[in-house]
Amino acid sequence: MYKILFKQTLLPKIHLMRIEAPKVAAKAQAGQFVVIRIDERGERIPLTIADWDNKEGSITIIFMEVGASTARLAALNEGDSIMNFVGPLGLPTEIEKFGTVICVGGGVGIAPVFPIARALREAGNRVIAIIGARSKDLLFWEDMMRTVSDELIVTTDDGTYARKGVVTIPLKELLERGEKIDRVIAIGPAVMMKFCSRTTQPFGVKTMVSLNSIMVDGTGMCGACRVAVGGVTKFACVDGPDFDGHEVDWDLLAARQRMYIEEEKMSFERWLAKHAVTA
Amino acid sequence: MPKLNLNREEMPRQDPKARGKNFSEVALGYSFEQALGEASRCIQCPKPLCMTGCPVSVTIPEFIRALREGDMPAAAKALKMKNALPAICGRVCPQETQCEQVCVLAKRGAPVAIGRLERFVADWERRQQEAASAVLPEPTGKKVALVGSGPAGLTCAADLAKAGHSVTIYEALHVAGGVLMYGIPEFRLPKEIVQADINYVMSLGVKIELDSVVGKLFTVDDLLKDGYDAVFLGTGAGLPMFLNIPGENLNGVYAANEFLTRVNLMKAYRFPEYDTPVKVGKKVAVVGAGNVAMDAARSALRLGAEVVYVIYRRSRAEMPARHEEVENAEEEGIEFRLLTNPKRFLGNEHGSLVGVECYEMELGEPDESGRRRPSVKPNSEFTIDVDVAIIALGTTPNPLVAQTTIGLDTTRHGTVVADETTGRTVKPGVWAGGDTVTGAATVISAMGAGRRAAADIDRFLREK
Ligand SMILES: Cc1cc2nc3c(=O)[nH]c(=O)nc-3n(C[C@H](O)[C@H](O)[C@H](O)COP(=O)(O)OP(=O)(O)OC[C@H]3O[C@@H](n4cnc5c(N)ncnc54)[C@H](O)[C@@H]3O)c2cc1C
Ligand code: SF4
Ligand code: FES
Repeated sequence: MYKILFKQTLLPKIHLMRIEAPKVAAKAQAGQFVVIRIDERGERIPLTIADWDNKEGSITIIFMEVGASTARLAALNEGDSIMNFVGPLGLPTEIEKFGTVICVGGGVGIAPVFPIARALREAGNRVIAIIGARSKDLLFWEDMMRTVSDELIVTTDDGTYARKGVVTIPLKELLERGEKIDRVIAIGPAVMMKFCSRTTQPFGVKTMVSLNSIMVDGTGMCGACRVAVGGVTKFACVDGPDFDGHEVDWDLLAARQRMYIEEEKMSFERWLAKHAVTA
Repeated sequence: MPKLNLNREEMPRQDPKARGKNFSEVALGYSFEQALGEASRCIQCPKPLCMTGCPVSVTIPEFIRALREGDMPAAAKALKMKNALPAICGRVCPQETQCEQVCVLAKRGAPVAIGRLERFVADWERRQQEAASAVLPEPTGKKVALVGSGPAGLTCAADLAKAGHSVTIYEALHVAGGVLMYGIPEFRLPKEIVQADINYVMSLGVKIELDSVVGKLFTVDDLLKDGYDAVFLGTGAGLPMFLNIPGENLNGVYAANEFLTRVNLMKAYRFPEYDTPVKVGKKVAVVGAGNVAMDAARSALRLGAEVVYVIYRRSRAEMPARHEEVENAEEEGIEFRLLTNPKRFLGNEHGSLVGVECYEMELGEPDESGRRRPSVKPNSEFTIDVDVAIIALGTTPNPLVAQTTIGLDTTRHGTVVADETTGRTVKPGVWAGGDTVTGAATVISAMGAGRRAAADIDRFLREK
């Protein structure tokens, strides 16, 4: 069992938890993920590592309530435990001194971008961060991102906070500004990563994305996480999750992410019906 | 010499119609009378060949003799002496190519049903309250780390613990048991039985650390540095192979590992009570004809598929699955499309599978495996409508451990190089055995390898 040491509800549907897992915390690196299972009936869900604390022996995860599993997780509190917590999985993000790097985080994707931006900055890069969300009430960690970036741009799709519009607009402006950009990291929903990659491609700037495919084991055993990169099938859990965004088959990713959409809906409705009082 | 009895006692099974709809065990096991009847057929050869056919040399005539004398505790003891997991082996070993193949009565077409008797004795023992508590020797103070808790790891662990060493198994998944838990379905190997055998291994003092992916959480070199005197790798062959044909990433195309993991390990057959879903579809094609293929096909049927095809490029004679399971599958209504091989998978506009285009095949001269080589019949393409396809072509070892261990030797098939009789790898202090060394094989061969490695590790630790 892995204890929830701390829980914070960042926004109505977005929660942060620090989970006790000292061995994972000792090895975690930016860009890696964990697979968790809440209880005996739970599914194995991958969550990107948002931070870790070696002293406390904890891993920070941030998640949005989008279905039955995340709603179930959100219903747990400090002091409760989850049954399984496996990690750190996947290859860490490539961290080097590239020069100037743009880190783009969309929605809950802001969480995994944070440790990557921090590591890049520590490696001596100039970090420009762009974070965006659909609306003000889905935006978090602006303060945290500010601590790890030299320049921070914030957007909301609906203009309820900061700049109105999607993240690709400031991304394009930055690329056009004439300053040399050596690398872009984009993490968020598949469409957002796809359009970030589209935006950078004409500028020839290498763009790394973190693919959130459906996973089961997370260790290369099942093949659920198959993605196509440069025309070759890869397992996102062991060959990634980071891949070159210009090479990713985005349509395949989008189709595969929708594979269990009906089942997910059914599970969620079942959960909501059971918890009608709290909902 | 007593008269030979050539009537093999049939094992009761669930009715094929009924069982096609449930996940309960198909084979029901002998009654005491049936077991006695079958045991009495053994002529107690002075030089028992059956034992030579058994990869872990179970003292077959001895346990059968005790059984027919009605001394169940003695039968169980004889069995457990050589085999830590007899309830499992009795169910899943390919007896027809091992002990039963060389039983003298096999020449007369009716070998003693050794597997069924093994199962009977093991099941009897499990039901006894006071589990025969093993007497453990003085601790040696030596520590051994095992990676992987499949049959290779569990056997190696049991033997090392019995020799007095302190044993810890690190397992990547959230349960122990390897393929026995995530691969082989409930209806063929009830999970309760696997659990009982794991409990037995743990009762010997073996510690099992779940959720521990070696190569990620720590490396083999970390383990050696952290005070383990030896490391055994029993990581299996968990990496699924694909056909590498167009359409293989369509929604609805599964690797058997994923399909079976969802169903067995994650209990998708109880969705939505359990959170993990699985697509079953109305028409299912399973590609391959080994045990994995049979398990996937029969699982799909039980989950409600209307038609399940097994597509295999060779003929019936070459099918690698246990005979009994092929028979069971056929009885349950699985349709075999032999001498057939997929060319490509066909999808709709949503990226979902709608069919598989296949070639007809014909058999030519024998290849290096001794089986006749299949080749494509020109212009023979035809399409089978399916909404789910399950690829069961085999697996290779997961490279995670080999990639993160300094100085381990692997073959071009990704298997770890280890000495066959001792399990020693080229890296000092590291042994390996089971599917990770041989490629996908059998439960009993993995157990045999675990046992040989344990013996060598014990020798090494005593000399150290
Ligand atoms: C569906 C199916 C049906 C089968 N049917 C039969 C049958 O009827 N009869 C028969 O004899 N054989 C059968 N087999 C084959 C048999 O199950 C295997 O040969 C046997 O389980 C191999 O044992 P093993 O201990 O080498 O590996 P496995 O059972 O594969 O166990 C390896 C374990 O190591 C763990 N592991 C892997 N990598 C790591 C890591 N990096 N860190 C920590 N842990 C790790 C895995 O999670 C797993 O638990 C079947 C196989 C399958 C898949
Ligand atoms: S070979 Fe057959 S008859 Fe002889 S001891 Fe073994 S099981 Fe009995
Ligand atoms: S999640 Fe199973 S192989 Fe990647």
